[in-house]
Amino acid sequence: MGRILLVARLAAVDLRRRPVQALLLLIAITATAATLTLGLLVRSVTDDPWERTRAATAGPDAVAVAPDFASLRTLAHADGVTETGRPFPTFSASLRTRDRTANAVVHGRDTDPGPLDRPYVTGGNWIRPGMVVVERAFADALGVRPGDALTLGGRRLTVAGIAVTAARAPYPSSTPGLVWTTRADTARLAPAPGARRQWTMPMRLDKPASAPAFAARHPGVRAAQDIGVYATSELRLANGALLGGTWALVILSGLCVALLVGGRLAEQGRRVGLLKAAGATPALVAAVLLAEHLAVAIAAAALGLVAGWAVSPALTGPNAGLLGTGQAPTPSPGTVAVVLLTALAVTAASTAFPALRGARISTTRALLEQVRPPRRSRLAGRAVALPVPLMLGVRIAARRPRRTVLAASSVAVTVAMTVAALAMQHDVRHKDAGAAGPDFVPGAGNPVTERVSQIVLVLSVALLLLAAVNAVLTAWTTCLDTARPAALARALGATPRQVAGGLVAAHLLPATVAAIVGVPLGLLVHRAALAVAGGTGGGAVPLAWLATVVPVALAAVALLTAVPIRHAASRPVTRALTA
Amino acid sequence: MEPVLRARGLRRHYGADAALVRAVDDVHLDVARGEAVGIVGPSGCGKSTLLHLLGGLDRPDGGEVLLGGRRLDTLSETAAARLRRGLVGFVFQAFHLMDELTARENVELPALLAGVPPRTARRRALGLLERVGLGDRAGHLPGELSGGQRQRVAVARALVNDPPLLLADEPTGNLDTAAATGVLRLFAELRAEGRTLVVVTHDPRIAGAADRVIAMRDGAFVDQTVLTGRV
Repeated sequence: MGRILLVARLAAVDLRRRPVQALLLLIAITATAATLTLGLLVRSVTDDPWERTRAATAGPDAVAVAPDFASLRTLAHADGVTETGRPFPTFSASLRTRDRTANAVVHGRDTDPGPLDRPYVTGGNWIRPGMVVVERAFADALGVRPGDALTLGGRRLTVAGIAVTAARAPYPSSTPGLVWTTRADTARLAPAPGARRQWTMPMRLDKPASAPAFAARHPGVRAAQDIGVYATSELRLANGALLGGTWALVILSGLCVALLVGGRLAEQGRRVGLLKAAGATPALVAAVLLAEHLAVAIAAAALGLVAGWAVSPALTGPNAGLLGTGQAPTPSPGTVAVVLLTALAVTAASTAFPALRGARISTTRALLEQVRPPRRSRLAGRAVALPVPLMLGVRIAARRPRRTVLAASSVAVTVAMTVAALAMQHDVRHKDAGAAGPDFVPGAGNPVTERVSQIVLVLSVALLLLAAVNAVLTAWTTCLDTARPAALARALGATPRQVAGGLVAAHLLPATVAAIVGVPLGLLVHRAALAVAGGTGGGAVPLAWLATVVPVALAAVALLTAVPIRHAASRPVTRALTA
Repeated sequence: MEPVLRARGLRRHYGADAALVRAVDDVHLDVARGEAVGIVGPSGCGKSTLLHLLGGLDRPDGGEVLLGGRRLDTLSETAAARLRRGLVGFVFQAFHLMDELTARENVELPALLAGVPPRTARRRALGLLERVGLGDRAGHLPGELSGGQRQRVAVARALVNDPPLLLADEPTGNLDTAAATGVLRLFAELRAEGRTLVVVTHDPRIAGAADRVIAMRDGAFVDQTVLTGRV
């Protein structure tokens, strides 16, 4: 008990002494935990709106569309069909509101829709003669409300209500958008040029789960599962993108913790020695560091859970074509456990190994020297031919290869995810550009691509935040570690500008390589994401976009590292040499 | 003759009020070309601070330092660094070698910083390592050398730009007797060839080899003795 108290007390003192480092760690893990929470919450509710809509609308297990009534009559007696709705006429017609024109799919329904496939009216009333009901997502795109007038198939009708259905994916997952009129009104409407009248029949099957197989056996039949996939496409995209992005964030936050530990060991070498001289074991020294980081990780996981939960309504809400609850999903105990364990695992894995390694060095060496002696690299010898700042930069980078690799990995992951985000944004633009023609409402947004853009934005902000934290940590750690060599170089005749140039080069040289590697890596990530999601891309990402990423990334690294480097290069020489 | 190094009214204070520490307090010093000056005194009397001020590593709170006839204390950090390259060589008690560089790379570093071509710097470094008796250790890292060998590498490094003035801070402070004797011999050679030396030391043998020994206490010179003996 006394030992645990001692570790807790030492950890608390350390945290109070280093509020900025604790804050950086908190930000890094919070960003990861928040994104993971979002990903898990989106996944937990992906199927809810669809199931809710199916239940509320007595959704069919399959929907058949045929050019003639007789085919549907035959299909109604097929094996596995237990119930069918009355077939209704279906065709495409031109719809015009006050300021917009687009094609619409018209379903001629009964004023009492029957026990199967009953659209759920969310506003106004169900169809009556001379009136039309508009599918909710389509109504949003058109900007119409109950009571508005519109022209459908050449006839002027009034909007009786707004409804949702599970018999067809909402607009624009399926186009044209859907409207319902009475059978009698349908007969009076003019189809769109080239459109032909068909018949639609909702069906109930004895084995709803086998609907896809039933649909495969019968041409013109679409399974509810297939409709559901389209209806929830934005939630599925959100889920995939968030969980994919979370991996990148987990990697970045792991790098962040590792950089932080490296910095602490560079800074605390003497303190480690003093603790050991006072009787502390290597395990105790490592335990103090681990306890500090785990305490921050627990706080960050809690903050991340709250932040992810708070943001979740924006990403977990279904599109207007499905029924939502209007409430944010609550994190389940499983979600809380996964987020907490991930935060703890990343922190423990990144802390334990270097902390133990640092704590195992001899007490006298810890008191006299740095915790980790710098690594000899052949690059150090070969750098003499370079201009002085580059020579110093190569030597600074080469003396701590682990840190250089960690920092470069952070830049590579960030650039890769940025490129993947840009490629995804390019896909969105491509998709939006393709969403034109008479079946689309001109000027209306696409909720699917808008959701993807929102997620890309959330992920990008989290990634860039973590990358920025990592860049600052790398600079801080490097400046701490090179305080003595930098002061010595100045004592031997290097100017502050040469030392600053060396520190800048030490960051930018590996960052340049990492950024260049990150571009093809990002394109691979994007291609892999498309392959997993089963989507199609928008063609080659514009070269200008890719060419901009590397210099922008390097400029960001230079900007973020400027303050610690400037401080390190102008630090009094004697203080660093006598410290 | 114009002294190589001149200090007038040099002051360096730390803290304030009751906690004020007068590390260097109104020091006047002239060091002539070829002269060897030993500065002795108890720990904390300001010897090292004075040496740092004389070499331009630290800024005085008052007074002036002239190095080769140029005011050092008013120069910018960049100009001071450039002046140091050609005029001053430093030897530190803790050696201050770059751990990741070999002995040769450590020695050639000030030359490279001064813009000497790499090949010339390497030739000079190898020559100096031969001179300090470490020709066969040129490719060794500092961690592979003894304390005495490290200090000899540090002396070679201080000489690589052939500066007229060598400032040494307790050069034998971290060495055992045998190693200290080797370094002492090296300083005697430097002195014999007319190099200007200012050495802060506790070692009576180094002090005894100087032309002049200055005793410091509480940041001020309290005694100056001109010696005629040689080691």
